[in-house]
Amino acid sequence: MQNDRLAKGGRIDRTRPLRFTFNGRAYTGFAGDTLASALLANGVRLTARSFKYHRPRGIVGAGVEEPATMVELLGADASGNRPVTTVELREGLAARSVNCWPSPAVDLGAVAQLAARFIPAGFYYKTFKWPNWHLYEPSIRKAAGLAAAPKSPPVGGRYETRFAHADLLVAGAGPSGLMAALFAGRAGLRVMIADEGIEPGGALLSRRLSIGGRPALDWVAETVAELEAMGNVTLLRRATVWAYREHDYLLVTERAPDRTGLLERTWRVRAGHVITATGAIERGLVFGNNDRPGVMLASAVQSYVNRYGVAPGRRAVIFANNTSAYTVAADLAAAGIEVAAIIDSRSDVPAEARAAVPGLPIRAGYVVTTAHGGRSLRGVTVAPRDGGEAERLDCDLLAVSGGWNPAVHLFSQSRGTLRYDDSLASFLPGDAAQSTCAAGAAAGAMELEAALASGAAAGASVAGVMPPDTPTAPDLAYAVTPLWRVESARGKCFLDLQNDVTVEDVHLALREGYATVEHVKRYTTGGMGLDQGKTGNINITGTVALAQGVPMQAVGTTTFRAPYTPVSFGAVGGLRDGPLALPYRHTPLTAWNIAQGAVMYEAGARWRRPGYFPRPGEAMQDAIDREARAVREGVGVYDGSPLGTFEIKGRDAARFLDHIYTTVMSTLAPGAGRYGLMLSDDGLIFDDGVCFRLDAQRWIVSSSTGNADAVHRHMEMLLQTDLPDWSVFVTPVTAQWANATICGPKAREVLADLGTDIDLSPEAFPFMSLRDGMVAGLPARIVRVSFTGELSFEINVAPRHLPALWDRIMAAGAPHGILPVGSEANHVLRVEKGFLSLGHEVDGTVDPYDLGMGWAMSRKKPDYIGKRAVEIRRATGKMRHELVGIIPEPDVQIPEGAPLTPGGHRQASEGFVTACVKSVAQDRWVGLALVDDGHARHGEMAHVRLKGGKVIAVRITRPCHYDPDGERLRS
Amino acid sequence: MMLIPCPFCGPRTESEFAYGGPVRPPRPDPATTAEADWVGWLTEVPNPLGPVEERWCHLRGCGSWLTLWRDTRTHAIVGGPQDAE
Amino acid sequence: MQRYSLLSLLRHGLNRHTTWAPAWRSPPLRERYDVIVIGAGGHGLATAYYLTKEHGITDIAVLESGWLGGGNIARNTVTIRSNYMRDASIPFYVKSVALYEQMTRELNFNTMHSRRGMIDVIQTWGMMRDRRRRQHIMDLHGSTYEQITTAELRRRIPALTGGGAEARLPILGGFIHPEAAVNRHDAVAWAYARAIDAMGGEIHQQTPVTQLMRGPDGRIAGVVTPRGVIRAPKVAVAVSGHTTTLTETAGLRLPLRTMNLTAFVSEPVQPLIDVIVNCPDAGFYLSQSDKGELVIGGAPDPGQSFRRDIKQTVFEDTVSAMLSLFPAFKGLKMLRQWGGHLDIAHDASPIQDETDVPGLFVTAGWWGGYKAIPAGGLTLAHLVATGRPHPLMAPFSIKRFRHLDYVMESGTTTAR
Repeated sequence: MQNDRLAKGGRIDRTRPLRFTFNGRAYTGFAGDTLASALLANGVRLTARSFKYHRPRGIVGAGVEEPATMVELLGADASGNRPVTTVELREGLAARSVNCWPSPAVDLGAVAQLAARFIPAGFYYKTFKWPNWHLYEPSIRKAAGLAAAPKSPPVGGRYETRFAHADLLVAGAGPSGLMAALFAGRAGLRVMIADEGIEPGGALLSRRLSIGGRPALDWVAETVAELEAMGNVTLLRRATVWAYREHDYLLVTERAPDRTGLLERTWRVRAGHVITATGAIERGLVFGNNDRPGVMLASAVQSYVNRYGVAPGRRAVIFANNTSAYTVAADLAAAGIEVAAIIDSRSDVPAEARAAVPGLPIRAGYVVTTAHGGRSLRGVTVAPRDGGEAERLDCDLLAVSGGWNPAVHLFSQSRGTLRYDDSLASFLPGDAAQSTCAAGAAAGAMELEAALASGAAAGASVAGVMPPDTPTAPDLAYAVTPLWRVESARGKCFLDLQNDVTVEDVHLALREGYATVEHVKRYTTGGMGLDQGKTGNINITGTVALAQGVPMQAVGTTTFRAPYTPVSFGAVGGLRDGPLALPYRHTPLTAWNIAQGAVMYEAGARWRRPGYFPRPGEAMQDAIDREARAVREGVGVYDGSPLGTFEIKGRDAARFLDHIYTTVMSTLAPGAGRYGLMLSDDGLIFDDGVCFRLDAQRWIVSSSTGNADAVHRHMEMLLQTDLPDWSVFVTPVTAQWANATICGPKAREVLADLGTDIDLSPEAFPFMSLRDGMVAGLPARIVRVSFTGELSFEINVAPRHLPALWDRIMAAGAPHGILPVGSEANHVLRVEKGFLSLGHEVDGTVDPYDLGMGWAMSRKKPDYIGKRAVEIRRATGKMRHELVGIIPEPDVQIPEGAPLTPGGHRQASEGFVTACVKSVAQDRWVGLALVDDGHARHGEMAHVRLKGGKVIAVRITRPCHYDPDGERLRS
Repeated sequence: MMLIPCPFCGPRTESEFAYGGPVRPPRPDPATTAEADWVGWLTEVPNPLGPVEERWCHLRGCGSWLTLWRDTRTHAIVGGPQDAE
Repeated sequence: MQRYSLLSLLRHGLNRHTTWAPAWRSPPLRERYDVIVIGAGGHGLATAYYLTKEHGITDIAVLESGWLGGGNIARNTVTIRSNYMRDASIPFYVKSVALYEQMTRELNFNTMHSRRGMIDVIQTWGMMRDRRRRQHIMDLHGSTYEQITTAELRRRIPALTGGGAEARLPILGGFIHPEAAVNRHDAVAWAYARAIDAMGGEIHQQTPVTQLMRGPDGRIAGVVTPRGVIRAPKVAVAVSGHTTTLTETAGLRLPLRTMNLTAFVSEPVQPLIDVIVNCPDAGFYLSQSDKGELVIGGAPDPGQSFRRDIKQTVFEDTVSAMLSLFPAFKGLKMLRQWGGHLDIAHDASPIQDETDVPGLFVTAGWWGGYKAIPAGGLTLAHLVATGRPHPLMAPFSIKRFRHLDYVMESGTTTAR
């Protein structure tokens, strides 16, 4: 039974009842309710337990500012820590309180109240030290943490992100925001206006005001209709502007947009101008037991009465330090709720305010010192502020208003300054840092007509038009005298309800030297809860200012950080999910590889490549052996398409290559190629590659697969910034040429069998040369390079031709036992040869000499990138890690990365094993290592020391375990 | 996320660009430069609390490298070293 | 120093906690000290503490531009670990972890050190190789890394439901670093401040140094602040992010650039993850605080920045990386995010040395310097007091750059 539902009124649909459960009990509300308003309508007052002391708590607010009651939603869309005031009611909703067990009424954690005296702010810094914190941690953690985290992704749908561009973004669709959007929209600007509420209107939804002589909500409806009819205006509901980044870039998350399967949509908005029309948030008052269920913000009470048709109490007391609460008293009285008294801490109540509440008793210069009742409010003690006789008033509802804080969060996030305004007793936007202005209550325009005018002026200003006249909208003039706390209070006085921070806690912090507002926040945890101190922070600042005897501005605020209200990670990630998050790069052979049963994985730079091709039941090592052996003894073929490939042309191309590689490239004849190392300015190896000259001004250059993008960027940056006069053009052609590389002693026979017009004889087509021609009927470019140490032909064709070429190669190679070769076997082959691999030997710390490749450092060229740095570093003669081969004795595998230490002792290492493979050529484990002074130690023994103390002796050799003179690759 | 003026494409959002580091003085002539000066050129980049000259590449656009001044305190793109915001 | 204990808490509780003494004083600022430490962040406070404790120097002023503990120590993700890759680095971090472990008792202030271990989630073979390499070399220096199977990893982190066989980057295995810990960053700052104060050192907040002063002999002579000139024969700069801003006032250039690094926390939820989870391949790491918030970090922003903000692109990268392994967190909410600026040296390793200005010391380049606070303070105090580098920091001399003899911790994680 909705006993506390008013007989009429409210923006709820009484024809559409909705059933829901809360803490396991069934209730009914109406469409248009929030969970909070429905609970109040059902007479539920005790809705939560507090975080630290487990004190009974009720509903305090009516919107995102709610500090006291967080609920956990159950069922398909389970999610925790939702302010009860922001949960829209729907059929079948199931929710429960967080922070109490088994229920708010019977909460076993409430024993904490007994110990309250001994657990002040920061008590945990002073105890739980012995034997160590980790022992206490599990029980402490259990007590914290509110709701459980979701156990699975939301079942109901997905998230998306969208870019938007707007001449003007208006945050907030209350009176000032609507006004701003209206005039900017009429002037033809592209306007986006976003409001966190279910429907536009802001504070007007909760009040009984008129605009231009008619109900204010009629004006809202007309304005919304006009805005929605404009093609240049986008009006978003349930959409929170939660972050204001640099360059007027803002994030807006729209909940439940009108699209099936879409949970939330985040708009990334680039705005020409931003108007923060974010309204104001009412603050509480600080007196004894100001947390009892039934103590509510006056504006929330007004909202429940007017917007939801709910009586949050039967007999109310109002406690305020400002005029706005008088309109609440008037609305309560109009709704038939008894107002026992208006307690006003000011001795002078403006006549206008008195006139707004004819017949209601006003106690000017009085304060509430304490609230009575446990699980529900039963009364308050009031007393003259300056001392005098106290008196108890019975009531079940206390509506408090400590004044209003303009919601400056977004303005502050934009890095605009804030200034404390004495007459409003709050912080207001000061100087803008971006194209930002505040309007309406967010700018301190606290009465409706001023808010409308402020919004109109802001909108007109952005549009560059004259500010229009705004309609009359009578409202009670706002006047406030700050009351940061009631000094004669008895009982716990809460500043931050959510984190249970009291005035005593703040005083303790100050007493102990935690004297800045940031220290107070961190020591007491005030303002660090889910509400981020929306209602309480200003009272903390005020309490500090009072205690220190300094002005509010000197105390200042803590930083306003994004997000304005909590935002789901799903809404941040958007569509970057699953296969879209990190797409693979594929060669044309992916499907073939998979069909062959290849084990596929990422092998750098997002390429999906075959690791090895196991036969049914075959072990990985056996498959690798088989593939490597085929290359050494017969023939194999691998897909080398991912190798970075660039066509470089222009008058200065040769000179450019001489500049970026250590070797001299410019002397090459057309058709010939050379290996080179690319150094960074720091003289460390950045990449290695091969350059082939096509003609006087054209080259084909290859880079390592993993570095292709970086090498391209490096070349372009040099050409465009450092060397703008050089005539060189770089075209990445990795995706234009796919290749199949046939390698092994039988490679030439297989290639000949494919049919080609190129003379394949070693004399006509020697190692490190390139020929264009036809292969298997396809136009092709064959390059004689070798990454395996065997005779190799890299057959480059258009990617669309690769599958056909591949099939022909497999057919032509079949008589020779050709095998496809995966990256694992390639690794074995290159380690046997001592060829470099990025990430193994080239780990960003080595120079060419370290690798025994001093020959690649041209002495003829006076300058090239990295040369000087290498000279400077080597001039010291300091010992360095140098590349060697290693042969484990006995013949065992050594884990890659294992350190070598002098004598195998447990001390600082002298190097490490970069690679260790089962050599098919030597039929034993061989490896490569970087070792101190390694080049001088060939033939010596060294020691690998593994974790746990196992020592493996290794013989140091030259870094080549196969065909050291390169006869086979030149054959 | 910044809005970066590309000389060819106009103002574009930062996610289209790759950062290329602060602009160093031109590469000195190794033949005539003392070792300490070379090391200084190589390792000591400008790190001002204020406008810094830096490079960006319009990677997901026209591919151009461009140079701009950005205030490291605000990310405002400014005209030059004197244009502190 | 007033002792903190359960007993004292009860005793003062009977007096309604009105009898607690200030944790530190606000002494008047004098014109001269033996040592000035600039920056009351982690490194500055630890340096002052060890100057007194280890070297008996008590005439110290720690000057802080804002509030003590308000620098990067207020902005980091409290990950304490020693899983580095180089002989030069590991012993230093092993020492730092050990000093952190004894801090609560040494300083009589609960820093809430929680040795909960870190698990690396490995998704590429390159990273697997990197971690295997660390495993053996760390063992040489007394730091532990154990490889664990994917099944064990999932048992230890039940919330990690992504990265399955069909995922874009399937989980290949994990490594656990049992010494890794988190603690309470504010408590570290406050504990040091209280100890420094008790031993006679002074901490002056709201005292920004605007200029370093050199004497006619070129030595450091003192500093200029809005509160006046303060003289000292030795000045130590511990102002992560603003190092070059300060040293340039003494005509000094350093190979540092200032970058912004972002972190964020989720709403507080019930205990879910009891280890630090580091996902170097995906590019994020997280741990759960005692309050229940997940504390999440990723990579630094591109470009130099003093703005202490959030780069949306980097933030979205980090969040999508997290969701790829923790898809259930789509419905979890972010509560708060922030940035902090730090300086990164040319070789990405720290610099701790006396500069070319005699008497002027810097400790900088601490990219991920929270874990280094105690040992960084110990070693800097040693250098300032004795004029000789501490053996643990000797490799991180600024002189290394003269010969381009870098200390490179290549392939380190986002959490470094």
